[in-house]
This record gives sequence, structure tokens and C-alpha cells, in this order.
Amino acid sequence: MGRYVIRRLLQMIPVFIGSTFLIFFMVYALGDPVAAMFGDRAPDPATAAQIRRELYLDEPLWKQYLHYMGQIFQGNFGTAFNGQPVTELMASAFPVTLRLALVAVVIEMLVGIVLGVFSGLRRGRDIDTTVLVLTLVVVSIPTFVSGYLLQFLFGVQWAWAAPSVAPEAPLNELLLPGLVLALVSLAYVTRLTRTSIAENARADYVRTALAKGLPRHRVITRHLLRNSLIPVVTFIGTDIGALMGGAIVTERIFNIHGVGYQLYQGILRQNSPTVVGFVTILVLVFLLANLLVDLLYAVLDPRIRYA
Amino acid sequence: MPESYVPKEAMGHGDGGSAALAIGEAESLERRPGAAPPGAGPPGAPVGKPRSLWSDAWHDLCRNPVFVLSALVILFLVVIAIWPQLIATGNPYRADLAKAQQGSQPGHPFGFDTQGRDVYTRVVYGARASITVGVCATAGAALLGSLLGGLAGFFGGWGDTLLSRLADIFFGIPVILGGLVFLSMVTSTTVWPVVGFIVLLGWPQISRIARGSVVTAKQNDYVQAARALGAGNRRLLLRHIAPNAVAPVIVVATIALGTFIALEATLSYLGAGLKPPTVSWGIDISTASPYIRSAPHMLLWPAGALSITVLAFILLGDAVRDALDPKLR
Repeated sequence: MGRYVIRRLLQMIPVFIGSTFLIFFMVYALGDPVAAMFGDRAPDPATAAQIRRELYLDEPLWKQYLHYMGQIFQGNFGTAFNGQPVTELMASAFPVTLRLALVAVVIEMLVGIVLGVFSGLRRGRDIDTTVLVLTLVVVSIPTFVSGYLLQFLFGVQWAWAAPSVAPEAPLNELLLPGLVLALVSLAYVTRLTRTSIAENARADYVRTALAKGLPRHRVITRHLLRNSLIPVVTFIGTDIGALMGGAIVTERIFNIHGVGYQLYQGILRQNSPTVVGFVTILVLVFLLANLLVDLLYAVLDPRIRYA
Repeated sequence: MPESYVPKEAMGHGDGGSAALAIGEAESLERRPGAAPPGAGPPGAPVGKPRSLWSDAWHDLCRNPVFVLSALVILFLVVIAIWPQLIATGNPYRADLAKAQQGSQPGHPFGFDTQGRDVYTRVVYGARASITVGVCATAGAALLGSLLGGLAGFFGGWGDTLLSRLADIFFGIPVILGGLVFLSMVTSTTVWPVVGFIVLLGWPQISRIARGSVVTAKQNDYVQAARALGAGNRRLLLRHIAPNAVAPVIVVATIALGTFIALEATLSYLGAGLKPPTVSWGIDISTASPYIRSAPHMLLWPAGALSITVLAFILLGDAVRDALDPKLR
């Protein structure tokens, strides 16, 4: 197990460097951050040159990247162009998005697994077909469409929930945005659970458990569900990283001041330190979540052993 | 491989009820003794030959209402994308500010948008951008992905390792985020930067699938036999492995087409994808979104068109997967 973790961590290094360098390249090489700082006005050449020197922009790109990464590992993410340290922006944005992602994951698990178990146990019947068609419909409605629709219906028309979220982002106001963020993954969780349950329902151990007289609900919860949830757990684990990065649209619709909001503002204003810093953290979260899921696999399924 | 499909085919005849069952059994009995050579026959080929995986799948698909319906919707969309004038006679750019945000009226069933442009005409013309981006991006990603993934799976070695790590790198970048950063630097108003970006982030998904199925196909006995008979790498890949490894790629590519269209609309909505004057559902939804309370029709029509398009492609992919991989049912 220990050796496996170390090997995986070593494998993560080139991927981390590759992803962050790609983003770094796009932000710093394709755009001109100094010109962006001045907006529409053309900067005085001497001033521009000085800013370039201060920001290490006069060095070749790979040197800039090394310098930037060196600073990051000392906890210095640089300052946004308005003078605010990027770490300060992160401290305010990441807890909000983390909460939003957690609300989404909880909704996804509760609703997705329940629906999946129901349709998986009734494979081929009407309820199963209905659930399957519904999941496909949900998958094909883009988040920005479902977001506006639900905001309009729940937030405005029926006034059941707040149509936009306060800066502190309390949990009860995050329910509706969390649902919007969860919708597509919810459909995938439902389909995964359904397939897995339907497959395992015919397994020998389920027949044995029923034959020795265990009540049906116990067979489902203790035997069937435990074995069927392994692929679902994998999906949800990798999804946490995707949800945090994919919250841009949801956060824009519901005016949530989280990671997506900061990133969107950063990209619009070409605020390079903000963009690169946030993306670096997101890539790290994504990679670690993947590693964690692989380790969880061995815990859930004792047949899997990592040498 | 084709032999294993004979019983399945006989079952396929029995699906339609008791009368069909009797016919199906008679046919399959007739067929069984004939040790026909395994090979492809066109869908309407005379009975007596076992059908190949492809014609068997085609036979199943034609009886699947979901497939027929989604294929018809897609055919309609493609025709509209090429000749929008067929069903919309107006001009999508013609604006009449006096009619701004007005609802449905005779001759203008979907009403007008904020600039007084006819929503119906714009929805019809919007199909072109979505279909172009979807088809081109999928074709690019499928070609690049199956070429790289197939070669990596066949030859293995350091090239394979390198490709897998490269795919990991592209997987590590959140898609919408990468799109915003990359496309906000582009000033072109054509669809090609968007297509290029989607190909760039879409190929690893296809290459993983292609690699996996080539690795599986490579171990089959008939491939070993062909190699033992002296077939070269090129012949092995083209004649023996590719035909048996391409099915999963087609399925994933069809479903990906739907998600690529949704991705283009999302990027356009965020202001980074297509840019006006291109008529795009994503842009129209974005401009309509502030007025959702006062004039929801401006948002609902393009959003509905977008969702139906994506749904049609996803349903098509789902039906094709069921037909090509009967085990999943």
C-alpha cells in the first residue's frame, strides 16, 4: 500500500507540472498582462518595462514558470493587480465553493442512489424506463439553461428559495444552486447505480442471502448496496474536483462569490496571478481526489490489493 | 466472433410476439444446419448467412423507435443547418426596435428578442453553428484520438506511457476553465478556434477508449493466427484489429457529439465561444438571460432547441451502444 501511494504521488508530479504549465502558457504567453493592467490606455514604455521587471515578465517563459512555482511552494501566490494578495481571495472564495460542491455531492448521492436502486431492482419495468429517459433528458439540458429555469421557477415564480445568494453563502441559500450544479452528475450517479444494482441483483451471494431467510431490505442494504456502490463512490470522488472547477456557470447565475466567480472576473480582466493561482489549486484538488478514490477502492473491495 | 451472433439474431426475430416467434424459429432452424462462412451481408441479404456485427446492429437499430426518432431529428437539424431558408424565410439580423421583446404574433410564432429580431428565424439559423462545431470537433477528436490511442495500444512501450501521461495532463484541466482562458485570447469570430479547442481537450477521452479496445482486440486468437501467417503490422491493424475495435469509439464519439454541442453553447454563453455576428443559441440565451422575468420566451426557445439537439445525439449514441453491445441490456 505504502509503495503504491508513493508511486502514484510520483506519477502525479509530471501531470501537475504539465497541466499548470499549459495554463501558465495560455495566460502569460497568449495575453499581455501589462497591457491588461492599463485597460484601454497605452502604458508609458518606461513604466511598462519596470512593471515587467518587477513581475519577472522580461525573463523567458520557463524561467517565469520556475520562479512562480518556487514562490507557490513558499505559500506566496502573488498579488492580484488591484493589490490584494491572491491568498486572501482564495481564503474567501474556496470555503464558499467547497460548501456549494458538498451540497451538490450530498444531493447527488441521496437522490441518485435512491433512484438508481429503485430502477435497478425493477429493471425493464415502466419505472426503470421512465428514470432512464429522465436521466438522459437531464444530461442534455446544459447547466446554464437548467440554472435559469430553476432560478426562475423556484426563486421568482413560486418564491420557495432565494434567487441569489448572500456574500456569506449560508447553507440554506446554497440548496438551489447546489441542485443545479448536481443535476448532470445526479443523472450519471443514477445510471451507474442502476447498472451496478441490476448486475449484482443476480449474483450468487444475493441468492444465498435470500435463501437463508434474511429479510429483503437487509439483503438490499447490507449485501447488494455495499457491493454495488463501488463504481458510484469512484465517480463521486472524481466529481468533487470537476464540480469545483465547473461551478463557474452556477456561481454566475446565482451570484455566488466563490472560485468560479473569482476566476471569471480574473479571466475577463486578464488578472493573470489570480487565474494561474486558482487553477493550480484546482488541478491539485482534482489529482488528490483521484488518488483518494483509488485508495478508497481497496478499502471498499478487499479483493483489490495494491502491492 | 460472428458465429456467436447467430443465436442472438434468431432471438431478435422472436421479439415481436407469438406470430413472429414462430416465423423466427422456422427461420433459425432453417439457418442452423448451413455452415455458412462467417461474413458480412447487407441488411436485406437472403437468409442463410449469419449477419456480421454491423448488419446485426443495423437490423436492431431500425426496429428501435428511439433510434429512428433521434435519427430523424438529427437529419432534420442537418438539413436546416445547410439550408435554413427552407423553413425560415426571414433575415436573422433584421432588427425592428419597435417590436423589441414582444411575444408571439401571427407570422412570428416565437416573438421578438431585445433588439426586435425574429426569435424563430434566429433559432433556425442557430442550428448551423451548433451542428458545425459538433460535427467538426467530433470528427477531429475521433480521428486524432483513435489514431494516437490505437497506435499506442498496438505498439505499447514508451510511446504508450508518454501518451497516457499526456492524456492525464489534458484531463487535469477543467474544461470550461481551459476554454475561457484559451478562447478569451482569440479575436476571430469564426467557429474554428472553438472547434480547435474542443478537439484539443476532447481527444484524450477517445484515445483512452481506442487504446483499451485495441489492447483487447490484439490478444484475440485470430490476430495471433494472422501474425503467425506472416501478416505485417499494417495489415494486422487495418484488416484485423481496427474493424473489431472501432465499435466503442463510434459509441463514445456519438455521445461526445452531444456534449460538445452543449460545451460550445456554454462557452458562447460565458462570452468566450462563438462571437456575434455568428448566430448561436448560446449567445442568444446569454443576451436573453437578464430579461427572463419579463420576456422568458426569448430564452426558452433557443434553450429548447439546444436541449433537443443535445438530447437527440445522446439518445442516438445510447441506442447505438445497445445495438453494438447486447451484453449491456
